[in-house]
Amino acid sequence: MAGNGILRGRAHVFGDDVNTDYIISGKYKFRTLDVEELARHCMEDVDPGFSERVRPGDFIVAGGNFGCGSSREQAPLVIKHAGVSAVLARSFARIFFRNAINKGLPAVECDTSGIRAGDELEVDLARGKVKNVTRGYTLEIVPLPAVMMDILAEGGLTDYLRKHGGFKL
Amino acid sequence: MGMTIAEKIFSRHCGRPVRAGELVVAEVDFMMGQDGTSPLAIQAFRELGGERVCDAARVAMVIDHSAPSPLEGVSNLHAMMREFAGEQGLFLYDVGWGVCHCLLPEQGHVVPGDLVIGADSHTTTYGAINVFSTGVGSTDLAAAMLSGKLWFKVPETLRLELRGTLAPGVYSKDIALFLAGELTADGATYLAVEYGGEAISSLSVEARFTIANMAVEMGAKAGLMQADEKVLQWVSRRAARRPAPADPDPDASYRGVLEYDLGGLTPQVALPHRVDNVKPVEEVEGTPIQEAVIGTCTNGRLEDLEEAARILAGRRASPEVRLIVAPASRQVLMEAMEKGIAQRLVEAGAALVTPGCGPCVGTHNGVPADGEAVISTANRNFKGRMGNANAHIYLASPATVAASAVAGKITDPRRML
Ligand code: SF4
Repeated sequence: MAGNGILRGRAHVFGDDVNTDYIISGKYKFRTLDVEELARHCMEDVDPGFSERVRPGDFIVAGGNFGCGSSREQAPLVIKHAGVSAVLARSFARIFFRNAINKGLPAVECDTSGIRAGDELEVDLARGKVKNVTRGYTLEIVPLPAVMMDILAEGGLTDYLRKHGGFKL
Repeated sequence: MGMTIAEKIFSRHCGRPVRAGELVVAEVDFMMGQDGTSPLAIQAFRELGGERVCDAARVAMVIDHSAPSPLEGVSNLHAMMREFAGEQGLFLYDVGWGVCHCLLPEQGHVVPGDLVIGADSHTTTYGAINVFSTGVGSTDLAAAMLSGKLWFKVPETLRLELRGTLAPGVYSKDIALFLAGELTADGATYLAVEYGGEAISSLSVEARFTIANMAVEMGAKAGLMQADEKVLQWVSRRAARRPAPADPDPDASYRGVLEYDLGGLTPQVALPHRVDNVKPVEEVEGTPIQEAVIGTCTNGRLEDLEEAARILAGRRASPEVRLIVAPASRQVLMEAMEKGIAQRLVEAGAALVTPGCGPCVGTHNGVPADGEAVISTANRNFKGRMGNANAHIYLASPATVAASAVAGKITDPRRML
């Protein structure tokens, strides 16, 4: 994250119902806990070569129900390790959403319909804005509950719990 | 105002009345991880500085997804689970015990009125016995193992009134597929679903698990049913803990109430690559298949094997088809052996594999070849789900899968009843 808390990068655009098998196939995730190894297979079945094209800070932009399917926490983890700074989607499947926050990967619910592949975006979580620099417009984000912002700010649930010693609601 | 099943269960676990929309921290009655999620949970538990789990009697780990291990990487993760379970004294269901979602109710770990988490999305299954059970990730499981608690958002509830009696050859799986088609893959996202009506109450408890199992295929956080006499009897034969059934109040407030008459329902099939791409079997009959799978946490229970065996009795699987049967648990396999069901399946040409997830998630036990079509009793048919992105997966009831295995092509089971 840049010093001012604004995330910058380019959009990689996907459709609706991107499931956790597409994000990281079950055939890999049972073999290893090595996230760097798993990250090389991120999005492999729906967008071959994604892990080579994605640059640090880039965004995954999707339609509805992103992350549906299994509870595998490896899904947000490999996205984060592939270098993606946030996922923007019209809606998220709930376990993915929870896991993303727990792993410190911002999951941003907003209207993604106007974003095209390669668009340059700026995401300001604290102020709740997504700016499409390429197309010159700004979107408001559905704000996250405070506990989730706190977990994200600590970089994930593990660090949050280590700091607070429990859940603070 | 009255409460839904979800609001009642959360209220009891928070020690105060809570309503849909509230963020709460609640005590969890039981928690579970499988071999795809436990290793990360163990890692997170250590990172949290965890030494002892809060209560070993409330934690189970199940080696079911890749069991027995096909690769050294998997073996090492299994070894990590065994070591942790041994050190902590928690329940470990090792290779051959069966699928986590069959085991937890079968082994009496969960009872009506419980709040349960599992690091597996199909944890919704126990909703069939009135348990608020939901899937979480590994770090959530680690946090709950440490503290016994977890944070939740109390969900709103969508009520489904299912009327009518199923026709012969139509099963609870057909209801689950029909509802996924109607409501779509995200039609119940963030919501609890309550299932009621005589189409549910007339089903056996085993058949109800199939429907609650697939609640998550509509995005639901839980798939809840009432604990009627059948459920209480089923549970009392297995669990030592006392159930505390949570019935919905008549004036409970719902996000919506939908009513379906299932009297005219015909066998349903989900077509590749979406679980909500559902059609009546009549519209896909004749599609050639090369593999047929009976098993998984959706349909690997005794009744499912029994239904399949009934169709296969005196018949054989087509030589063009590999028929793979994975009983959902060791107990299911034992009963299937006692009743001669296993014998009939094997005689009909089935390859019987270890109780567990079988080929469901593409780790082993029957990865299809490029271009092949598979018909399976599982709950997911995503591209690549069974380990090959160039294969096509159709989902159906055990009867439809068995009939299709015989014919070598997708077949209406009513032709073979
Ligand atoms: S049988 Fe399939 S869906 Fe069920 S827990 Fe195992 S892998 Fe998951």
